[in-house]
Order: sequence, then C-alpha cells, then structure tokens
Amino acid sequence: MPAISFQSVSKTFQTARGPFQALDGVSFDIEQGEFFGLLGPNGAGKTTLISILAGLAKATSGTVSVLGTNVNTQAAQARKKLGVVPQELVFDPFFNVREALRFQSGYFGVTHNDAWIDELLESLGLSDKANHNMRQLSGGMKRRMLVAQALVHKPPVIVLDEPTAGVDVELRQTLWQFIAKLNKLGHTVLLTTHYLEEAEALCQRIAMLKNGKVVALDRTDELLKAASSNVLRFKLDAALPPALVAKARVTGRIVQLPAHDALEIERHLAALREAGLNAEDVEIRKADLEDVFLDVMHANTPKETV
Amino acid sequence: MTGWRALFYKEVLRFWKVGFQTVGAPVLTSVLYLLIFGHVLEDHVKVYDGVSYTAFLIPGLVMMSVLQNAFANSSSSMVQSKIMGNLVFLLLTPLSHWSWFFAYTFSAVVRGVVVGMGVLLATALFVWQSSALNFSLLPQEPLWALVFAFTGAAMLGALGLIAGLWAEKFDQMAAFQNFIIMPMTFLSGVFYSIHSLPDFWQKVSHLNPFFYMIDGFRYGFFGQSDVSPWLSLGVVGLSLFIISAVAVYLLRIGFKIRG
Repeated sequence: MPAISFQSVSKTFQTARGPFQALDGVSFDIEQGEFFGLLGPNGAGKTTLISILAGLAKATSGTVSVLGTNVNTQAAQARKKLGVVPQELVFDPFFNVREALRFQSGYFGVTHNDAWIDELLESLGLSDKANHNMRQLSGGMKRRMLVAQALVHKPPVIVLDEPTAGVDVELRQTLWQFIAKLNKLGHTVLLTTHYLEEAEALCQRIAMLKNGKVVALDRTDELLKAASSNVLRFKLDAALPPALVAKARVTGRIVQLPAHDALEIERHLAALREAGLNAEDVEIRKADLEDVFLDVMHANTPKETV
Repeated sequence: MTGWRALFYKEVLRFWKVGFQTVGAPVLTSVLYLLIFGHVLEDHVKVYDGVSYTAFLIPGLVMMSVLQNAFANSSSSMVQSKIMGNLVFLLLTPLSHWSWFFAYTFSAVVRGVVVGMGVLLATALFVWQSSALNFSLLPQEPLWALVFAFTGAAMLGALGLIAGLWAEKFDQMAAFQNFIIMPMTFLSGVFYSIHSLPDFWQKVSHLNPFFYMIDGFRYGFFGQSDVSPWLSLGVVGLSLFIISAVAVYLLRIGFKIRG
C-alpha cells in the first residue's frame, strides 16, 4: 500500500478569464518510508496538488489516498495520517507557542501530549519560546512552528510545502536534520522546494510538474545520470556570442554551459575565442539537479510559446 | 480536551484574552445607553404598569448585548482566521462540520452570556439606590430569562458563523453588522414597548425575530410582555433551527473555505 497515491488528478479553476486547468491527469505513488521531492516552477500546480491531498481543495476528477484512505470520502481518517506544513507563514496572534500546539493536538483528539510537544520544541530550537506569543516570533521561528504544528499528532506521512523559504542557513540545517531523522524512523516525507540542492541531497525520488502535468518522475540519481553530464562554468564581462546564448544559464557575470564531452567544451571555448572574449575562473563541474530541472522544463516548453 | 472541545476552549480563550475589548467595552456602552436614555426618558415614556422606564430598559439592554456579542464572537473569529490565513490549522484537522458548528456557536453563547451578566450587574449598580425605579436583579421567571438568553445567543452565534464564512473582507463583515444586525436589534423593542408604535409598525415589528428574543427575555424579568412567551419561544426556536441548519450546511460543503 503506497503512502500517498495520486490517480488521474485534475483540477480546473473557474476564473474571470474562463476556466484554468491547474492539474491535468496527475498520477503517481509515493511509497511508505520514502523521502519524495515534488519540483516545478511557480504556477506548475504543486501547491494545488498538495491542497487536494490535504483536503483544502477538491479535485475536479481523480482520486487521492493516504495509506489507502481516500482523502475525499474518508476525509477525517485521511487527515489524521497527514501532517501538512503550509507554504504561507500563518499564525494565530491570540496564543503563545505552547497554547497553539496544545490546541492543534486537541483538534486531532490527542490529549496529554506535553511530552511530545516538549520534544518537538526542543528539536526545532523553540524551547525557550514556549511561553512567547506567536507575534513575538521571528519569521524563521514561525516557519519552524508550522513544522511543529504539523507534527503534533505524530502523523505517519509528512508534507512540507516550501518549508525553508525565508529560513537562514543554520536553521535550515537543524530543520533538515530533524526531518531526516523522522524519515529514518519510518515517516514518509513529501517535499516541495525551490532549493534544488536540498531536493538533490534529501530526496530519493523526484517528480517534476509543469503546467499541471508530470514531466519527469524518477530516482534522483537516475535523473542526474540522464542529464548532460558536465557543465562548463566561467565568468565573463561582455555579452555572450549569439551561438551560445540559447544553451547558456546566465547569472550576472557567471555563465554555465552544458557539455557532454571534451569536444563540446573545446567548441564552447573556441566560440568565445572567435568572438574575442576572455573567460575568467573557468571550471568544469558535474551536472546537478538544477541543470536537470532546466533541461526538463526547457524540453517541455510548448512550441507556440517559444 | 478532545475534538470540538479543544476548538470550543480555544474560541473562549480567544475572546477572554482580550476581555477588556470583548467584554468591558460592550458593558460600558450599555451603561451609557442606560444613563442617557434612562435620564431623558424616565418621566416621559410609559411602558408596563408598575415598571419604570429604566427598569424596562435594563433587560432590553442586557439582551441586546447578549445578541450583539454572540454575533461578534463567531463572525469576527471566522473572518479574522480566514483573512490572516490561520484557518488552515483547522482545515487540516479531522474536525467534522458538527464540531465546527458546536464549538463556534457555544463559544459565542459564552461570550454573549458573560457580557449580558456584566451589563446586568453594571446597570443594576446604577439603579441600586433608587427604589422608585423598582428594578430587581433577580428575574421573576428566571427560567424564561435563561431560555431566551441561551437560544438568542445561539441563534446569533450561528448567524455570525454564516456571516464569517460569507465575508471575504472586513468591510463586508462591517456591512453585515451595520445594515442587518444593528437595525434588527434597535428596531426590536429594546428601547420601547411596541404597543407604543402605530399599527403598521407594530405589524412590521412582529416580523422581526429579534423582537421575540427581547420580549421573551423581558417576560422573564417582569412576568409581563407584548406577546406570549410561548409564541416568542416558538419563533426564536424556529429561527435558531433554520439558521443552524444553514450554518451546518455551509460548513459541510466548505463554503468559501475549501476550494
């Protein structure tokens, strides 16, 4: 029995400019104990898919189940098995940290939960804030509080929607150590993130969404293998020659070009030399998930919009 | 603390933490009404035999406060949670639509009754010395007073829940409060006996369910009222049933809260 199963999930929103299809026949399973990444550009449908899973929205068609429980017809049972960290940084300004966690626990029917609440606060570095009002917490603390609220009823399946947005590097490490520990203890984790390094480091399998469709779904190492195996990276103060622009990923002065072999690297460098340009800080590195992501997204761009 | 009781307790604690604003302020408002209207109208308005105008006014003000605050509690909590986005914490839980309904409605009843008792005590202090005003803190028919306080508060709590689910912005909520709740409470006979009205307006008043709540509650204090308390109970009971049914239905379909 999969931890999460999406079967032909579609969602159409009625907007002022007519219907908009946010999800188009999404199907895949996440096995129990997996650390699974869901990636895609903004507007790809990641949050819509998670909203349907969490019962915040209804699918127009298709079925979703959590550990065999249908999220629509057996909503209460399904929600008990899920812990969802929402993307928006929301909080209830009336209560302090401990009160908010006790209430959240109570909604799930879990009583006398203080030992676990203390453990959560400790693991997320919030122990000394237990009696602070939610308003007094910094952005990063509020973000970790969302994680604590999602885990307060010890759900077997954990869903994190952009959990590290706005969290500084050190706290991000704390958070991932904690989530990785929960995954080792048997919890299934579904993660969406814009930090592709995190997805590469943590996720065993990855699905990529684009325009509401799954455009890639594989083990992370397989995805990396399939991509252009090397990247030529250098700094350049002038504009790139036209022949290279289409293939390049440019971030300010930094230019990165995919290259399969030594011949291709030589060709790239030759093109620069012919244009009379001098590349600085030249290096060759292995392709990472960001390269794979850009490849996949580029390959699936509909022709008419290019 | 399980399920709906957790939500009920959270809703009660929510208004209690800001009690100065949610309980203190409405009590002060009612005392001002009593001082001003009581002072101006005491010798000019005749209501029931053996009941001074100020004494007549007190149960009306108490019930008005009960109703307005019950409405304010559920409606403001819901609309704030929606706008701030923290309603998601409830939407992610297995709480059923019944749990939501009872938690929001009962906590509204608690706020309404707490404010009502505050108004009763505060206004009674002001008429304490004057035996001519002839007001007793203890209702003559306490059971009737309690029945109307609770059913009226529950109805307004459920109505507040509907308004909170419907409103997407604070100004929509303010419109609901200013154009529906306020006129219906002010035109319900809080400040006058409807027998003093022209025929046409008496008939109009009989269409207002708020009139029956005020009138029935007042019967509890004086054993006298404009209409029979049984009729009032029937109207209030039926209104409560219909409004509750609508609120439960809206919660069940996730009206404006689940996409």
